[in-house]
Amino acid sequence: MKLPIYMDNHATTPVDPRVFEAMRPYFTDIFGNAASRNHSFGWQAEEAVEKARKQIADLIGATAKEIVFTSGATESNNLAIKGVAEMYGEKGNHIITAATEHKATLDTCKHLEKNGCRVTYLPVGQDGLIDLNMLREAITDKTILITLMYANNEIGVLQPVAEIGKLAKEKGILFHTDGVQAVGKIPVDVNRDGIHLMSLSGHKIYGPKGVGALYVRRKSPRVQLTAQIDGGGHERGMRSGTLNVPGIVGLGEACELCRKDMPEESVRLRGLRDKLMNKLMAELDAVYINGSMEHRLPHNLNISFAYVEGESLLMGINDVAVSSGSACTSATLEPSYVLKALGAGDDLAHSSIRFGLGRFNTEEEVDYVGDKVVDVVRKLRELSPLYEMAKEGIDLAKVQWAAH
Amino acid sequence: MAYSDKVLDHYNNPRNVGSLDKNDPNVGTGMVGAPECGDVMKLQVKVNPETGVIEDAKFKTFGCGSAIASSSLATQWLHGKTVDEALAIKNTDIVNELSLPPVKIHCSVLAEDAIKAAIADYRKKAASGTEVAAEARA
Repeated sequence: MKLPIYMDNHATTPVDPRVFEAMRPYFTDIFGNAASRNHSFGWQAEEAVEKARKQIADLIGATAKEIVFTSGATESNNLAIKGVAEMYGEKGNHIITAATEHKATLDTCKHLEKNGCRVTYLPVGQDGLIDLNMLREAITDKTILITLMYANNEIGVLQPVAEIGKLAKEKGILFHTDGVQAVGKIPVDVNRDGIHLMSLSGHKIYGPKGVGALYVRRKSPRVQLTAQIDGGGHERGMRSGTLNVPGIVGLGEACELCRKDMPEESVRLRGLRDKLMNKLMAELDAVYINGSMEHRLPHNLNISFAYVEGESLLMGINDVAVSSGSACTSATLEPSYVLKALGAGDDLAHSSIRFGLGRFNTEEEVDYVGDKVVDVVRKLRELSPLYEMAKEGIDLAKVQWAAH
Repeated sequence: MAYSDKVLDHYNNPRNVGSLDKNDPNVGTGMVGAPECGDVMKLQVKVNPETGVIEDAKFKTFGCGSAIASSSLATQWLHGKTVDEALAIKNTDIVNELSLPPVKIHCSVLAEDAIKAAIADYRKKAASGTEVAAEARA
């Protein structure tokens, strides 16, 4: 077993060697511009791009023409949300999203609010899921877009996408979903789920960074977008800019591998995730899972170790790469807004660790990580005045803290 | 973010972890911070009432590595100091000793606050103890 162990696969994934091999010729040998229509260099590049388009479409039940290449899911989210807001501005100016969305969605919505859009940020329950009735009630005759993520990047919970899609169809509203964490990991089908627009990214599915796609529905209804990048009119006018051919080839190959490996891989990762979870819960007290276990990605575990601060825990398991919702690990010095939205209290957000298992994690690694986390949590609880107080039977919620 | 060697040393081998009897009249207890802010420090001193010298100091901290290191270092420094000398410890001394980056300065502030709170608690106890003794004599 090699150290350090990477278990932060919601942040990014390594490129699969098979993906890398597929990309390799497109840097130096087949380097043409896919938009060059008058020589073989261009034709070969275009052919590779079209193959990738098909590979992506096949993974999500779409057709190749519905795939628009971008630089990644942040751009896809921007294009989908801003593109719809501009294109359908005459129809309405109201967008519905949720408090636990990725910043690429939330900040895009905030930007639009400055430009006269009205945005509803739905709360989530303690399980991290939106309430469909609340969504229904939030819809007005001015609503043009519902944008809700398929799977959450921190707690891995799956929103009721098919039901949201049904509601959107019934009300004649467009439905965009940020599919970054779900695509390639669980079966996603844009027709079954009633999705009109979906963002996805290469580097979350063992493909390269710097490439992503936006699925844009072409039939019933045909979705139109106002381009956010102007130029040569690539990608049916929705996204100008010379195509990143090696990246696109990698994204396509990554999608094909996910499609083929998913049935086996998701079962294996679920088994490893559950093994890790069961060990932590059996050997430690006061451990809490954040978000629904029932509606969740198979490879995600987000767990709070009460009375232990997240960054100090990460420091103790420094040969394991995971993330924490603790304020001390964030750039803003605020604890995770996703965990705060669950209403479990800031103290549990500070104590949270996100494990993101991936294709290259082994059972041996999971066993090592489990042992290590148990050891370090025990050690830190010996150091923790909160654990001592809890053991003495003091209700920490009733203590008057000198907040700073 | 990389941690300084001294922070790592205190994190890996924290000095003076534990608790003193908070009901002992010679023990002062300071508890600062809040769980929802991500750090809570408990720092205790045991003072010799004759000499005013701190004979023992213990801590327990819920917080990041720098918070643990700051409180560990503080207890180390408190040993053998008089109460007045202890009050002269500044958070900047801790920042310098541990090479804390700007985002971790609040950890050192918390440690300074914990020292002050522990000594204030001791002084309050000592004062009321004197009153009790005075009343007994009267």
